[in-house]
Parts: sequence; C-alpha cells; structure tokens
Amino acid sequence: MTGPFEIQYAGSADQGAPVPVTPKQVPHRGGAANLSAAELQARFGAAVRRVEVVWGETTVIVAPEAVLDIIRWLHDDPSQRYDYLSDVTGVEFRDLELPIEVVWHLRSLPYRRFLRVKVQLTKNRPLEVPSVWSIYKSADWLERECYDMFGIRFVGHPDLRRILMWEQYREGFPLRKDFPLRGRFSRAEQLRQALAANPEARYSMEELSIADAFEDLPSDMRQRLRGGERTGE
Amino acid sequence: MATQKRTVEVALSTTGVDAQGNPQRVPLVTADDGTAVAVEAPPAVEPDLAAEHMLINIGPQHPATHGVLRLVLELDGETVVRCIPHVGYLHCGFEKIGEYRQYNQIIPWTDREDYLNSIGNNCAFSLGAERLFGIDVTERCTVLRVIAMELSRIISHLVWLGTTCIDIGAFTPFLWSFQRREQVYDLLEAWVGARLTTTATRVGGMAADIPDGWLDGLRSFVRSFPSTIDECDRMLTKNAIWVGRTVGLGVMTPDEAVNYGLSGPMLRASGVAYDVRKDFPYLDYETYDFDVPVGTNGDVYDRYLVRMEELRQSLRILEQAANRLPDGPVNVDDPRLILPPKSKATSEMESMIHHFKLVMEGPRPPIGEAYVAIESPKGEKGYYMVSDGTSKPVRWRIRPPSFVNLSAISKMVEGHLLSDVIAINASIDIVMGEIDR
Repeated sequence: MTGPFEIQYAGSADQGAPVPVTPKQVPHRGGAANLSAAELQARFGAAVRRVEVVWGETTVIVAPEAVLDIIRWLHDDPSQRYDYLSDVTGVEFRDLELPIEVVWHLRSLPYRRFLRVKVQLTKNRPLEVPSVWSIYKSADWLERECYDMFGIRFVGHPDLRRILMWEQYREGFPLRKDFPLRGRFSRAEQLRQALAANPEARYSMEELSIADAFEDLPSDMRQRLRGGERTGE
Repeated sequence: MATQKRTVEVALSTTGVDAQGNPQRVPLVTADDGTAVAVEAPPAVEPDLAAEHMLINIGPQHPATHGVLRLVLELDGETVVRCIPHVGYLHCGFEKIGEYRQYNQIIPWTDREDYLNSIGNNCAFSLGAERLFGIDVTERCTVLRVIAMELSRIISHLVWLGTTCIDIGAFTPFLWSFQRREQVYDLLEAWVGARLTTTATRVGGMAADIPDGWLDGLRSFVRSFPSTIDECDRMLTKNAIWVGRTVGLGVMTPDEAVNYGLSGPMLRASGVAYDVRKDFPYLDYETYDFDVPVGTNGDVYDRYLVRMEELRQSLRILEQAANRLPDGPVNVDDPRLILPPKSKATSEMESMIHHFKLVMEGPRPPIGEAYVAIESPKGEKGYYMVSDGTSKPVRWRIRPPSFVNLSAISKMVEGHLLSDVIAINASIDIVMGEIDR
C-alpha cells in the first residue's frame, strides 16, 4: 500500500532560484525589499501608501478600500502567486491615538516570497475592512478570531461570529488596549452571569433548525425560546 | 434451552408480493405451543428516512475529540451532511497576557499552548524575539535547538500515532509509542529538568547546556528508535482494518489544501511539498540532509504515512546534529540580554547593575516587528511580535497551525460516516491548547 507514497522535495516553481538560507545579520531597517512591493507600487500607485523593510521582512501599507483588489491581484497574478494566507490579525498600540492595524501575512509558495500587507484604521470611523474569504478559505476562522478579539468587522465574511469567546459574551473585545487584563466585569458579576446561564441552551438556533431538534427540547425551553430568549453555546 | 423452530409448510404472505405481483410465499413456523405462524419477509425497500436529519453533538468532553473540541453534526442516517465545530473552551488569553510580560517571561506561556511541542515553541519564540532584538545565537545554541525541535517533533508524532490508533481501534501501537515518548521525555528531563513544560530557551540562548554524556543517551535513542517505527509500520501500514478505516477519508486536493491554509503533514499529504524548514529555513536547516515526504491522495492514510516518514527523517537530522555539535558558549555574549553568573552578580558592581536591570526592567528591543515561522509537528507555527521599544511586546500573536487545519474539518467530514469523523479529526492532529490559546 505504500505505492502511491513518495519521498520527494519539489521546492520552488522557479528551478533556477537559489537555495534559501537562514537569514543572518539582518539589518533593523532597510535591505532588499520583496520584489512584489515595487510591482505593487507601479500597479496600484497611491493606494500603496508606504513600503517598509523591517528586520528583512517587507511590509506594504495600503489603503483600506484597495486592500481586496491588491490581495486578489497578488493571489491571481502569475508573476506573484501568493497562494497561501498564513495569518490575519490585528495590532493596537499602547498609544491609543495611533490607528489600529490589520495585518495579512501572505506567502507565495511557488516563488518562496513572504509579504506583509497592512491596513491602518483610524478609530473615529467604524473598524471595517473587506474580507478576503472569497480568495482564501483559510481566512474564515482567522477573520472570525480577529473580529472576536478586536471587533474589526470583515465585510463580506459569510459567517462573522465570535469564535473563541461565547456568543453571549458582553464584555467587549479582549485584545483591545482599553480592555483590562482581568476583564471588564467584576469577578462577582462574571460569576453571577455564569450561574445565570442556561446550561441546557447548548445549541444555536441554526443548529436547532436541523430536522426536529427544536421539537425535542423540553416544552418549557421551547416556550422560552419562542418568547425571544437566545440560545447559547 | 434454545427454542427450536422448524419449517413445516409454506403460507401466502399478507403484505409482501413476488416479482409477478402475486402474494409472496413465506415459511410457516411452529411456535413452542404448536401453533403455526407465518414469517413475513422484510419489506423490499427500507422506509425512506431521508427527510429526518438528526442533530448529534460530540464533545466537548468526548475523548475522541482530543481535548475540548465540540462538533455539532447534522446526520442523514449515518452520513454527515453538515458539521459545525465549536472551539474556545480552553481560551486563556495567552496573547493578552503576553502584552503584560517581558520577553523572557512569555516563554513559559509558549509551553502551554501546543503542549506536545513545548520545547519547539520555546525555540520558535526565542527565534522571533532574537529577530526583534537583532541578534544571532551561537553556533552551539543553533545545533542544540535543532536537536530540541526534532525531539519534540518525535514526541508529538508519537502521541498522534498512539491516540489515533486508539481512536481507530488499535491499542498496541499506543503502548509502544508512549513507551518511546517517555524515553524522549527522560532525555529532556536530564537536559532542562522538566518533561512537559520545558521553558528551555532564553532570548539569546538556552536555559541550560546539555549535561555530560547526554549525547550518548541521544545516540542510543536514535539507534534504537527505528525498531519501534518498523514495528508500528508492520502492525498498521498493510493492516486491512487500518487501511479500510483510513483510505479515502477526508481527501483534500492540493489546491484546496493550500487555499484552506493547511500546513505540515496535512498539506504535504495532499502533495504540496511546502516545509518551512526547506522553503524559509531557520536554524541552518538548509545545511541538514533530509527529505520531505509528500503524499499523493491527501487522505487520512497518506497523513499517517507522511508522519511515519517524518519520524525517520527527524532521526536523520538528530544524527547529523549530534555529530556536528560544536564546543563553545551556548549564550550570546551580551550583558544586555543574558543574566551574569550569580557569583559575579554578587561580587562585581557592573554585573550587579546588569542583573538588576535585566530582572527589574527586562531587555528592550528597538521599535519593529517580526514574524518568525517554524515547522512545528502540526504545521507552520508563526510568532508575530510587535515592539514599541519597551520591554514588553505591544502584540504577541501566535499563528496556530492546528487552528487553521481544524477550520477545514467541516469540508473534510462532509459526506462521510459518523465513525469516520473520528478518524478524520484524529488525522488533523489538533492540540486544543494551541487552538484556543
């Protein structure tokens, strides 16, 4: 049965590419930028606001309204082929005046490139960026987590719900800097809410819509749910 | 005494019909009291149950979900129509806590996310922090970290092998693999004093150098371990039950696997030869001679084959690392980062000042950011750190491979049987500590 299995290493699509080496003595700022950065600037002009090279990694800071087009181009263009989305996350600085950043870490597996795309969102406007779910399915949970932790809405995500915190979580967005380390509510309030939670309400309404699951619930619970009470996880 | 039944005569059925539309002929059986009873044939077609889908909940306390994963399944008969996963039961806010800790103080938290790869996470975090500080570790430290990372890959794959065997119904390989895992933990214990939560690295070096004679222990493990791999191989690879329960399950095509962000053995089983050690090397991995196993079908069976081969390749790397381990210091010679020896801290003024500053304030990296990814046993594990020039990171992000791999489970289990959900879930090799953080 080991027939179809093979040991190989295909490596880069570009066979002439040099063997990658461990980066050493990387300068703090400056150094060679990722080739894609210049091509982005040439193609998208002012939508690419700034290109930085920090510790050898290229960061492209782009306009929020252009980010979907830029990432789509990076994914689709045969000379770029950023087919792998490593990570989506947010950064908020301790200086609350500074904008919140949304960061995409992209990899081009065929060309062995790594690019960081960044969007800066000022806090006086709603925190919204377009979702890249239509390009990368891996964005599904990563964007949900970013929304859960920072409250950044990914417009176009098919199912933007909390993922790590529970659906009824009311304390806000934990990784925001104005969120205290021990939570917004007191321990007494947290305990009260935990005890008041209905342990039977384990399913979401979407799940209860499966077949007759709703009818299988105890009658008092069905009445409470019909009366508008929300189910929990 | 068993009831004896004899066919004595044939009667005409009241419900069934034969191919010609006549009443079916069914046997008459005498019951114990002597009366004759017609045995009706079962209906030719099973009643149509398709309209009634069932809601099934697995977890979060189910042992086969490898932690506190909860799956809500919509079943049509025994076939999965839809799978809605729920995670977050183990959420501890590691990333939030990291913003309140100095860099060296975060290292214990990295033990506790992917706790099967704790020493690998230590090394990965230190690599990220060292990028942020702009330092390169010593030659000896580099090789020691390679040894640590490959040992932890072996641990993680052994736990995966054992628990997956249990899930699928084979018990013996579980005992063999956990016995070997204990030996690796013994090695780690002799090195850093801890087994599971190692906290083995520091920014700029290691907590401890290996003790005398430790390499002999490593070599004897490397020599004896292939026999266990061979045993498990003989037990499983051509085993009809194992093959029957793994082949063709949870298939991901190469394009899908890349698009879903899968990494590690999950991705390579689908035929994509992406290994961070080869493509974006760190710790001089490009100088080691090892192969990256790649599957072709992307099913549970190929993931098993890939992980088994990775165990052998890890041994190759370990052997080379043990042979090339140079002498010399483990920690970088930088008093801004590395604590002075205690004897000097209590006798020399300068060392005492460094000691005080390091403990009370912590080392301060320049303003900047770094994303460092390693090939953890589960896949691409990344640490993204942003510094604003203070001794604590503004943001410490873990890119969890299990989390992204698990997000594809809804797609992978669709259309498979309920019992196959367990096998597919096991093949992802999730650690909930890493998913929920």
